[in-house]
Amino acid sequence: MELKEKLLSSYVAFENRVNINDDVHAIRSKALQNFEEVGFPTKKMEAWKYTSLNSVLKEDYSIFPSGEEAIELADVKKYFIHDIDTFKIVFIDGKYSSFLSETTHDGMDVCLMSSALTKPKYKSVIKKYFNKAAKQDNMTSLNTAFAKEGAYIRIPKNKEVQKPIQIINFTTGSDDATMLQPRNLIVVEQNAHVQIIERHQSLTKNAVLTNAVTEIFVDKDATVDYYKIQNDHTNASLIDNTYIEQQTQSVCSVHTFSFGGNITRNNLNFYQKGERIDSILKGITIIEGKQHVDHHTLVHHIEPNCESHQDYKGIYGERSTGVFNGKVIVNKEAQKTNAYQQNNNVLMSDKSTINAKPQLEIFADDVKCSHGCTIGQLDDQALFYMQQRGIPKKEARALLMYAFANTVLESVKIPEVKSRITKLIAMKLGVNIGFDL
Amino acid sequence: MLKIDNLHANVEGKAILKGINLEVKAGEVHAIMGPNGAGKSTMASVVAGKEEYDVSKGTIELNNEDISELAPEERAHAGVFMSFQYPVEIPGVTVTNFIKTAINESRKARGLEEMPAKDMLKKIREKSELLEIDRKFLSRSLNQGFSGGEKKRNEIFQMAMLEPKLAILDETDSGLDIDALRIVANGVNKLKSKDNAVIVITHYQRLLEYIVPDFVHVLHDGKIVKTGDASLALELEEKGYDWIKN
Repeated sequence: MELKEKLLSSYVAFENRVNINDDVHAIRSKALQNFEEVGFPTKKMEAWKYTSLNSVLKEDYSIFPSGEEAIELADVKKYFIHDIDTFKIVFIDGKYSSFLSETTHDGMDVCLMSSALTKPKYKSVIKKYFNKAAKQDNMTSLNTAFAKEGAYIRIPKNKEVQKPIQIINFTTGSDDATMLQPRNLIVVEQNAHVQIIERHQSLTKNAVLTNAVTEIFVDKDATVDYYKIQNDHTNASLIDNTYIEQQTQSVCSVHTFSFGGNITRNNLNFYQKGERIDSILKGITIIEGKQHVDHHTLVHHIEPNCESHQDYKGIYGERSTGVFNGKVIVNKEAQKTNAYQQNNNVLMSDKSTINAKPQLEIFADDVKCSHGCTIGQLDDQALFYMQQRGIPKKEARALLMYAFANTVLESVKIPEVKSRITKLIAMKLGVNIGFDL
Repeated sequence: MLKIDNLHANVEGKAILKGINLEVKAGEVHAIMGPNGAGKSTMASVVAGKEEYDVSKGTIELNNEDISELAPEERAHAGVFMSFQYPVEIPGVTVTNFIKTAINESRKARGLEEMPAKDMLKKIREKSELLEIDRKFLSRSLNQGFSGGEKKRNEIFQMAMLEPKLAILDETDSGLDIDALRIVANGVNKLKSKDNAVIVITHYQRLLEYIVPDFVHVLHDGKIVKTGDASLALELEEKGYDWIKN
């Protein structure tokens, strides 16, 4: 059976597990209808021209993974940022793991979507925010139809959260192939401040397809820093759909580090619904083999006096392929917009590919919009310089790549995340350099 | 120390070096002068092992070992240092981290342990004082936003840290004001010993007032056409390179 049919026919079983009489379910059913009509994206769609899901859709995924696999903390500790105190919302095969998690209701909510969707006390928040920023496209509709579990975070007004929150989805591989559809809702109220780290990690080499949707609402004067660490097995594919709605004078940054996985598609959407907003989108992609990473970003400047800063660096080895499609829309009303977009790529082999496409739709006349895109190779003269000082070629290349990606790294605000990423980069490049690369 | 015999080298099929013979002994300072395009920088890069340069004939020996087939880092480990005319900028890697990496990679290649942090710091302090380098400077990204003089001083600082057997200074004087020139030259002079050797590549006689050479060679059209003592540099300054060309 094709995956689409399988999903549609399993919906009755899904409905047995949820309350079908509430408002949320009406949203789900509508989304299912939408997915039934549009199906999975194909390369005929402009937005999916360079990313084909055909190979990953062929797998016979278990849609409701059965495994109640126990995981030992010692085995998975390395996937956490564990050298600092954090809140943790951890899922194993889509199910909440209270054992690995550390949630809270003390002055804020760091808990579960399943609670938020069912308990009366969250009803007003769900009504106000759930599925309100998300686009109704193919993959998001599919996620919405099956939305049941994920992270729910609400930070009340003026609250500065002292420790970062980690959202981690583990897949145990107890089924041959697993499909997961986590759904996260994050509401950060006025003048609140939070840092979030997100990771998807499979623990075996069995196939995994994750179709995640995260909605983030950033109220006036609030600050959100979000870090996505994508370093999964090469049989794990991820379609990440993130929707961020920002209000006046808020600041939101999203850093996406894509090192692993089979096919990774990041749909990152920012909607600026107030003035003097700052949106920051940064990414480092380092892949090889037949890996594929696709960054589709959207910044929609709706109101005047806002800024957006995009900086994506990509290093593509072997037969890997990358896509960067950065769309910026500036509404007629959005005067004095300052939109900056930078996308630099290094191709390490003759067989690697990058498809880069800046897409600017500007309807206001008094704006500053810049975009720059480069595709090149590592600088031979710089390599020679480092080799001349005794640094072997492999290490010299690693240092150069590190230097290349550094503009993104230096804006990471959590030192432990920064050092983790630098270690991942060093591992990825197979080097062990005498200092914390 | 260094023995270059009948060295021919091509870049993209074009012959640049056409039979260089040069012997440099430990404790000596040699200057190589010559007009633009004579092949001075190419010679430096070929000795340092730049891969784009194709050695078609001849040998390069360092302490009686042929190094002409070695990778640049292996030559560095063997004791060759080249100060670049245009040092490369490396954002995100501080001067300190870069030099630590360079030193420890060289030690690793020689089967030694990493240098203890305490010794490293002491050495960095000593050598940065020698080159009159500010502490703050050492925590900046390598060469990024450095002035011409700072870049050159940083090159000589690295040379001081690495303690090479053979140092080739490729137009280290270009872009230097007189104060920076004095500091750089002073650094080189203090590093000179009976066990190492220096090759100074320059257009002008100016640097040679500070670093006094034992021999001056004039390179023209890929060959050494004249060799003399320090006075040859003065004569060149007076008569110009046309004197050699004709």
